[in-house]
Amino acid sequence: MTYILQQLVNAIQLGSIYALIALGYSMVYGVLFMVNFAHGDIFMVGAFIAFFAATLLKLPFVPTMLLSMAGTALLGVTIERVAYRPLRNAPKLSVVITAMGVGLFLEYIILAALGPWRRSMPPLLPTQVYEVQGVRISAVQLIIIGVSLGLMIILDFIVGRTEEGMAMRAIAYDRFAVPLMGVPVNRIITLTFAIGSALAAAGGTLFSVAYPIIEPMMGMMIGWKTFIAAVLGGIGSIRGAVAGAFLLGLVEIGTGAVFPSRLRDLISFAVVWIILMVRPTGLFGVARRQKV
Amino acid sequence: MTRRLWALLLVIAMVATLFGACRPAGPAIPYGGELRVGINAEITGTIPTVGEACVAGAEIARDEINGAGGVEIGGKKYTIKLFIEDNENKPESAAAAARKLITEEKVLVHIGANASKNAIPAGGVCNELETPMISPWSTNPYTTLRRPWVFRVPFIDSFQAGVNAWFGMTEFNATRGAVLFDIGSDACYFQGHFFKRVWEGLGGEMAAFTTFTTGDKDFTAQLTKIKESGAEVLYVPQYYDEVPLIVKQANRLGLTPKGGGTIHIIGHDGWESPDLLKLCGDDCDGLFFTTHWALDIAGEKTQAFIKKFREKVGKDPESTGGLTYDAIYLFVEALKNCGELTGDLAKDRECIRDGLAAIKGFDGVTGTMTPTSEGDMIKSVHIVQIDAKEGKFKWYKTVDPAEYEAALAEHGLSVEELMK
Amino acid sequence: MKKYYLPLGLIGLLVVLTGASWLGFFSDYIQTVIMLVGINIIVTASLNLVNGYMGEFSVGHAGFMAVGAYISTIFTTRVIPHFVLGTPLIPTGLYAPDVTAWAENPAAHLVFPVVLLIGGLGAAIAGLVVAIPSFKIRGDYLAIITLAVNYIVKSSFENTQALGGSRGITGIPKLSTVPWVFFWAVVSLWAMRNFILSNYGRGVVAIREDEIAAGLMSVNTRRTKILGFCISSFFAGIGGGLLAHLLLYINPSTFSILKSVEALAMVYLGGMSSISGSILGAIAYTGLAEALRPLRLWKWVVIPLILIFLMLFRREGIMGGREFKFLLPKEEVKGYAAASD
Repeated sequence: MTYILQQLVNAIQLGSIYALIALGYSMVYGVLFMVNFAHGDIFMVGAFIAFFAATLLKLPFVPTMLLSMAGTALLGVTIERVAYRPLRNAPKLSVVITAMGVGLFLEYIILAALGPWRRSMPPLLPTQVYEVQGVRISAVQLIIIGVSLGLMIILDFIVGRTEEGMAMRAIAYDRFAVPLMGVPVNRIITLTFAIGSALAAAGGTLFSVAYPIIEPMMGMMIGWKTFIAAVLGGIGSIRGAVAGAFLLGLVEIGTGAVFPSRLRDLISFAVVWIILMVRPTGLFGVARRQKV
Repeated sequence: MTRRLWALLLVIAMVATLFGACRPAGPAIPYGGELRVGINAEITGTIPTVGEACVAGAEIARDEINGAGGVEIGGKKYTIKLFIEDNENKPESAAAAARKLITEEKVLVHIGANASKNAIPAGGVCNELETPMISPWSTNPYTTLRRPWVFRVPFIDSFQAGVNAWFGMTEFNATRGAVLFDIGSDACYFQGHFFKRVWEGLGGEMAAFTTFTTGDKDFTAQLTKIKESGAEVLYVPQYYDEVPLIVKQANRLGLTPKGGGTIHIIGHDGWESPDLLKLCGDDCDGLFFTTHWALDIAGEKTQAFIKKFREKVGKDPESTGGLTYDAIYLFVEALKNCGELTGDLAKDRECIRDGLAAIKGFDGVTGTMTPTSEGDMIKSVHIVQIDAKEGKFKWYKTVDPAEYEAALAEHGLSVEELMK
Repeated sequence: MKKYYLPLGLIGLLVVLTGASWLGFFSDYIQTVIMLVGINIIVTASLNLVNGYMGEFSVGHAGFMAVGAYISTIFTTRVIPHFVLGTPLIPTGLYAPDVTAWAENPAAHLVFPVVLLIGGLGAAIAGLVVAIPSFKIRGDYLAIITLAVNYIVKSSFENTQALGGSRGITGIPKLSTVPWVFFWAVVSLWAMRNFILSNYGRGVVAIREDEIAAGLMSVNTRRTKILGFCISSFFAGIGGGLLAHLLLYINPSTFSILKSVEALAMVYLGGMSSISGSILGAIAYTGLAEALRPLRLWKWVVIPLILIFLMLFRREGIMGGREFKFLLPKEEVKGYAAASD
């Protein structure tokens, strides 16, 4: 029993980090109907900013995370302005290729400029480990889960209760009618990117505290996985992104716990395929009608 | 109309690049008094300190040799020129880099690659294109197996992994073992499996045999499993960039003495990098691993090298540095055995290869070595312990091949049997 | 253009490339680059079939390359040596069987096309398996499916120890030569061009423009799409097999998502829905990748930048949907200059 509970704790921790990043994918898709394939690398930049904040500026945890979020939000907004906005009315595939290009560019410029050496994140959080009925939970894990949940609640509030959030949902519903209603579409889109990137940066900071090795390619695999999590939950849906992320965390840890660990990726992707077969728009996605 | 013109121009440009590139570089032979040495190293990728040490070791050797006036062969003096290619720690790139060094740069000898997963395909290319290859760091037997053109400087894993099993059992009086390794890497895979064979052959029991894939960061599922299994020794044949994560998570989950448990983690030469101390810190204090040398018991020659490396790179050398340094000097020794360079690349490469095979009792900074018929070196293994407070690896024990084989024989085992 | 210009031109090119290689004007490295270009042409054109002509978004092309590569390799390193030399079909223990005795026999080259075809067929079957359940899924979701397929294929190979697991297969005989790669590139292009110009091909383009209208015009959308997908996978498999026998070493990570992304880049660089575009895209990309090699790491900073600029300023790629005249049948040429894309 403790074995199962322990694995459950592991899964929840992993899932909450995935959730922060998956949210970014869903939010951007919701307003722009594009998949920002550079998102995983934005996560990586967030981790790097956090690293430099902690080592060069020697900031403690909270300022590090806030600085990382701010810096990454700026990056996200810049990317949107420079690379995505000109392609707003272009065929979707062009934007996708551009996004992939931006992602690759971020990875390699960091690699070329900062070198391939792995860096270790200094311990920013207390390292106590608590034991409850044989299950070990570290303070780090608790803080990660807590911070993630807190951010998700704040996001829910922003999207559900504020004017800007309402505008985001409106754009997701009908992009062309919204400007007619006097909504500053560009500004809202910029805000969406800023929030999405900031969340990814929070994820990056938390991730680098949990797994303290930082390197330029860390965003690649995480990017694909969280993208799949977002799709699983129904891309465009915020609740879906969170659900998909926790589901993915469960599947990953679960398969690692039950099956030989080398089958983990295989089973995770097979599960994804099956879920999409059964529910093509993801768990919470909305099926869209195609007009003839 | 303009579109077709563009297309035509593009094609012409490409063809021109091809023709430009296939112009031979300068006076091809007779080498202009330069010995072209190719270095195939992991400069970028996940284990950059290995590449860094490799290149530094080669450069120190080159500077020493050229500084002393060069190598004299057949009455003429030659200087060494290094051609460095980055294999990005990827097997395909290692093979491509080897091909480039051999056919474009026309090197006399190919030194590299280091990680076995790169050295094995590179060795295939070198063997196919009949160019002598010396791998400074690869310990997987596959690299030299059935490849007369490929040699190596270190011992092989059928020795190293076996010693690890024997050490784990005798040092900690253990019978239940566990392994956690990367299924995506040749070296790690082989070592994991070989460790298991020897462990079971010596009478032990494998309580958990778990894997992960390259790039994984979260090992909590596997580690929790290992904890449940009641293992006493955990073998982690991984590289220095993954070990910190594994050990930290193991501590946190309560596997190790540091975390309140009883499992002892042991490692192999992939652990040996100054970055391990930097990345792992106190979490790794007190753990053992096998490697090629121990800096604190180094002889005079080795000490001189260590000093030069420190001056050049600013930190203590990891074994790859010393091994590459030895590789260059092995090349020089092979040249001496060869006696004369004719200027015919194919002939000279063959002469060097034969010269390598003829080496006996070469005294390098990483030990005294003689190549076997397969191109492997018989040498001793050193076991070191991590001292996190002083930031060093401290020598603990040396195991030489004779001692190991005797221990195996006591249980009715032999290395040949285990290799099947 | 006179009818015999094209075949003569092709034969001429073949003679030049092969002659230069055999006579030593082209070093081994240059030959490798030429062959890579040829393989990339095959891969790019086959992906163009699905992404360009069919208007879908497949991100998993490397998965089909992997199937073709592994199947053809299994034949040349395991199955045939088993019958010729008696080596074990599935190597046990930690060592690989030695197949050089068979591989160095010139007769091995005659078996090569057969082996490649088998690999291609295997890839086509894989394409079938993927296409049948997935085609009611549209757009972005199809991208995810193909992405998942790429990973599933890669993961499956990684976990099958009998196929070498993640360490892959070494010691593959070098059966890919300049003339063979050239031959297969020509064959693939010819096959795909004919498919595009056939009724099925027209149906494919019609589906891209408006699937429902196409269905109303008696195009069997399901069958046409599946056929297109299978042909695309077939040639991806051939490309994979040729690549395996050029690199002499394959492992699952050779066919990761990065390879699929490279294929995508070549397709978009050359221009979608254009076979000539695929040729140029493949040549340009491969040439660029090699030419920028001295930049080492910065090469991978420059290439995505080029891609981004391409998307921002010339979305259609080099050819933008048009074709070289010699690829079109006579009737079309007259109307071609008049019609815009």
